Amino acid sequence: MLNLTQINKRASGLQLFMQTIIGRSSPRLIGLYREKSWLIFDVFFPMLSVIGYVLIYKAIGAPADYIGFVVVGGAMTAFWMNILWSMSSQLYWEKETGNLPLYIASPAPMMAILLGMAFGGMVATVIRAAAVILLGSLLFQVTYAIQSGLLLAVIFILSMIALYGLGMMTASAFLLFGREAWHLANLAQEPVFLVSGFYFPLKFLPFWVSAAASVIPLTLGLDAMRQLVFASGATLGFLSVKLEAIILAGLSVLFIVAAKLLLSHTEKLAIREGRITENRR
Amino acid sequence: MQADNAIITESLGRVYTIRGAKKSERKKLVALDNVNLEIHNGELFGLLGPNGAGKTTLIKILTTLLAPTSGKASVAGFDVYKQAELIRNRINMVSGGETSGYGLLTVRENLWMFSQFYGIESKVANARIKRLLEIVDMTDRTNTKCSDLSTGLRQKMNIIRGFMTDPQILFLDEPTLGLDVGASRDVRKFVNTWIKEDHRRTVLLTTHYMVEADELCNRVAIINKGKVLACDTPAALKRNLRKDALFSIEVVSAAPFTVEPLREIAGVIRADQFDEDGLSRLEFVLKDESVLSAVIDRFGVMKLKIRNLQKREATLEDVFVALVGTRMEEVEHAESDTDQ
Repeated sequence: MLNLTQINKRASGLQLFMQTIIGRSSPRLIGLYREKSWLIFDVFFPMLSVIGYVLIYKAIGAPADYIGFVVVGGAMTAFWMNILWSMSSQLYWEKETGNLPLYIASPAPMMAILLGMAFGGMVATVIRAAAVILLGSLLFQVTYAIQSGLLLAVIFILSMIALYGLGMMTASAFLLFGREAWHLANLAQEPVFLVSGFYFPLKFLPFWVSAAASVIPLTLGLDAMRQLVFASGATLGFLSVKLEAIILAGLSVLFIVAAKLLLSHTEKLAIREGRITENRR
Repeated sequence: MQADNAIITESLGRVYTIRGAKKSERKKLVALDNVNLEIHNGELFGLLGPNGAGKTTLIKILTTLLAPTSGKASVAGFDVYKQAELIRNRINMVSGGETSGYGLLTVRENLWMFSQFYGIESKVANARIKRLLEIVDMTDRTNTKCSDLSTGLRQKMNIIRGFMTDPQILFLDEPTLGLDVGASRDVRKFVNTWIKEDHRRTVLLTTHYMVEADELCNRVAIINKGKVLACDTPAALKRNLRKDALFSIEVVSAAPFTVEPLREIAGVIRADQFDEDGLSRLEFVLKDESVLSAVIDRFGVMKLKIRNLQKREATLEDVFVALVGTRMEEVEHAESDTDQ
């Protein structure tokens, strides 16, 4: 006799959805304390870029707030890197490692699996970004003048929802296009660093370039956060914080809905064409 | 829908379109062709065939991972393509050599994570994980990171993952692939115990190990090149060969030889040669026992000395040979040569 504990109840609906999110986020969260190498790769290395920009601003005698801009921008690059190299490629890697068929053949909704990946990645990246801000602020004695903690939190949350919605959407695209999508990610990395104003105020870019870059949620999120935490932030803002919040809310809805539709389409297509487990079709 | 059938396939087919070296080059590969099966509730059903026969394609269709291109299939009474969601909480699957899970998570953490995708309460999941680890003798590896497990232990973990959710229908795709003899025996024993504990449980096992199919399965379907060639109990399949006389003869020879002259003897249906440790084992399928004397006479001409002679019972390998015309190993070699 095997004497196994009986499963008398299985969660379904919302409870299954939540259980799946928690379950799938666990590898990221556990990895945070188990694999400490992130301290070097995700805090120390990004700090080198931040230091480089800070030194340039100091050399040319830029206003003190610019150094804060760079520190906050440097912290936020962690989210873009997480979206580009981890979130977007996650389903592709899940296929390569053999997890994807198990996810699809389980009763768990794929949207919950993706949200779990996003949640785990987001929590891990928040800690990394916080470490960069803390270290950068201490190192360069950055002065913050927070105008509204609540508004700052709202902007940050909206930015995260929109950004990870974008990540969920691109995850489906990566699954469809496989290695070809890799080139797109490569292509997106540096230009996005530039047009999103990670290391300088967005206002200094031509209006239409900034407007086009606003489709990347971090662009407006970063701009609004800088306006809310630095004394000179408002004068260097691209749009008003209120307008940026509205656009971010719109992008959040757009990306989440698009992610759901694209995921559903991708899953059907992959099942029809046999792409869930095979690469050669 | 017949209530006593766990799985039904009707004229099921799957054709893959494969890209060639150039984008415009497309060729069709028939992976499944007109497969008709009825697998009963409570049955341990085996799909036996060489690599590339279509076994895994069939499993993928039945586990809702792949759409058929013709015909239809139902699992637990639901259509695999149109009602996939209703099937998914009733099934689970384990594939041989799979590398699922995350290397940085421990065995327990990986298994717990998968249990959450089936909506199992953490307390129940942990109790089942603990007990299943005891059963497969892996308790001491509960907190070992997956990346530190050997292939065999990782496969045992995968097997626990499949059973942990207590599926109504379990798909085992070559579950003992890569396992050593002892571990394979443990897995077979476990599968046997599990299915006998509850008559509502059904297992579809694919394998190319004849012994595994023979030992475990209530019924076996022999599949080759996407077609089901026969489907019956292992005993009934072998019974059809009973009129033939099967002999295994070990011989030694001073000079190299081939079995061609033996194949020419009237009444020899099949003769195969296997060279092992300086001995040659010759496997004969004879029309009847009287042909044996002619074979032994020819040994004299060929200067072969008999070391051992055994009349043996038919195996599923013999059934496969009778149906396909070649041994399963030969089919696999031919397939791999074609691939290259």
